[in-house]
Amino acid sequence: MKITMRRAVVPGVAALALAASLAACGDSNNDAATGDSTDSGSSLSGTLAGGGSSAQGAAQQAWMAAFQQQNTGVTITYDPIGSGDGRKSFESGAFAFAGSDAFIANPSDEYTAAKKQCGADPIEVPSYISPIAVVFNLQGVDSLNLDAKTIANIFNGTIKKWNDPAIASQNDGVNLPDTAIHTVHRSDDSGTTQNFTEYLSKAGEGAWKDEASQTWPSTDGLSGNGTSGVVTAIKGGQGTIGYADASQAGGMGVVSIKVGDSYNAPSADGAAAVVANSDLDASATDSQLIYDVNRTDDADGAYPLILVSYLLACPTYDDANTAAMVKGYLSYVVSQDGQKAGADAAGSAPLNSDTSDKAAAIVDKIAGK
Amino acid sequence: MRRGRSALGDRIFAGLARTAGLLILVVLAGVFVFLLIQGLPGLSVDPKEYGQGFDTFWEYVGPLLFGTIFISLLALIIAVPFAVAVALFISHYAPRKLAVPVAYVIDLLAAVPSVVFGLWGGRALSQALKPVINWLGDYLNWIPLFKGPASPNGQTALTAALVLGVMILPIITAISREVFAQTPRLNEEAAIGLGATRWEVIRLAVFPHAKSGVIAGIMLGLGRALGETMAVTMVYSSSPKYMLNIIGDTSPQTIAANIANNYAEASIDKQHVLIAAGLVLFAFTFLVNFIARWAIGRGERKFAR
Repeated sequence: MKITMRRAVVPGVAALALAASLAACGDSNNDAATGDSTDSGSSLSGTLAGGGSSAQGAAQQAWMAAFQQQNTGVTITYDPIGSGDGRKSFESGAFAFAGSDAFIANPSDEYTAAKKQCGADPIEVPSYISPIAVVFNLQGVDSLNLDAKTIANIFNGTIKKWNDPAIASQNDGVNLPDTAIHTVHRSDDSGTTQNFTEYLSKAGEGAWKDEASQTWPSTDGLSGNGTSGVVTAIKGGQGTIGYADASQAGGMGVVSIKVGDSYNAPSADGAAAVVANSDLDASATDSQLIYDVNRTDDADGAYPLILVSYLLACPTYDDANTAAMVKGYLSYVVSQDGQKAGADAAGSAPLNSDTSDKAAAIVDKIAGK
Repeated sequence: MRRGRSALGDRIFAGLARTAGLLILVVLAGVFVFLLIQGLPGLSVDPKEYGQGFDTFWEYVGPLLFGTIFISLLALIIAVPFAVAVALFISHYAPRKLAVPVAYVIDLLAAVPSVVFGLWGGRALSQALKPVINWLGDYLNWIPLFKGPASPNGQTALTAALVLGVMILPIITAISREVFAQTPRLNEEAAIGLGATRWEVIRLAVFPHAKSGVIAGIMLGLGRALGETMAVTMVYSSSPKYMLNIIGDTSPQTIAANIANNYAEASIDKQHVLIAAGLVLFAFTFLVNFIARWAIGRGERKFAR
């Protein structure tokens, strides 16, 4: 008798629990930002949801921790789901702000969607600049000097051997073996690939025929999923060469790229200098600080092979509290303090003071309706 | 009173079971509808969304489907003989003392998450296979599968197929073992009575009886291999192209791995394209299962006659 009852009850309870948890899921994505009026000492309080670029992930962690320490009533979440999904969630209103490795060009469907969501031209400011390193695994060689044209020819398969004259002529005294070059590219769509191919096509003196794209244009060569996949593939075999975020270049040989008449290794200063020397993209509105990165910058110490990642936000929000939190958080991120915190955590290049000021001026206009 | 209560319990249980049965159909239909709605726009996006020089969706998905089938078949070729042998060992050859722990360990393999298999395959197995791959590339390069030149880091389709083979092994073994054990005792004894050796008993009495069950196990294994994502993504270096070389720098990409690879940074249009590729995989898996059911059904009818 008892057993019969239990048989009837247990599945019923399970079904109820399932229904309750489904309802809970439904609740959690109702609102990206909910204000909450309890005063906690700081003027800001509530929760703020954002996400996007995984490249920014480590820096966002540092920014959130520091910002929440200063504003104990605020809870910020950053979901590193990738730039594409981040932009999509921003355009649908699920995220109050988003991180993206590519700016939204104007005009485009995405720009229209973002503008519609915001009710005005969306804000885009650079938040994260990172040098991309060309890295390799070759017994006994720690660094190589290469110009952009040679790098392009290696990655398009024209240069097949490590002792090719084009490489040897730039590296006197380096013992280059007569072995095959195995190139490694990202198998996933990536902002790193976008920036690397843009560098090759603009600085490669015509050696790189394909346009810049998130997807690696060729189906030849080794590949790896994500930065860690590329690094694993390079470290796993001799004679491999690939590209990865400079902060992940440990344990591999690093290429110094030719800038002007000298060869520069990846550096945070060199990366920040290039952004400062770059023009704004032609489509930029007053609320956008988006750069057409100067890939052929030949200033002393410059390192033009960089990734610039942006933060997207709206100039106005329905809720004044949300607006205040977005403004506060973004102001912190682009400030010198925030940039230093990001650089310490993620090995990125801090925005220089001029760029930082310009970004701060745009973010400062964020307001409630 | 007693009768009334238990009839109520019966009705509740029957209702719950029926709900569960119907719910699974609704969920499957829901997945299909989602794939259809989200995937259809992907059939006709701007050609540059496909990347890598593809102009139409079918051009794009073709090599991926080829890769999916190719890698899965390689995994089956590796796993099936092994799984059948293990199952026979457990059901007919091993002493009970050994059979139980072996069966237990094989079942345990099924519990290892695919991410772990991926890490193991991509980092450990690939390094261990480097000499094998080099040897194949040097001496057997007249076989199209081993054309080479050999990959420097061992992250090849051969590695992925081995990992997949290990992953589908427990499913095929478990099902084969069950059907082997269910061979009618009388058939086996009759065969022994006619003077058959142990191998002849297996060939004459066990295999004919177990054939449809083993095929069902193989099809379940194939289903798992077709849809496996993480292990394939993490193990080898792949590109969407038609090729048979399984030890080179690059190998054919699978649909599931391609979705996992590209979804995170995909634009909205590319997301539609990827979901459409998922729809193709869904339809293909459905077709494979359908054919398998038909084959099993036919086998059973023939057997019953």
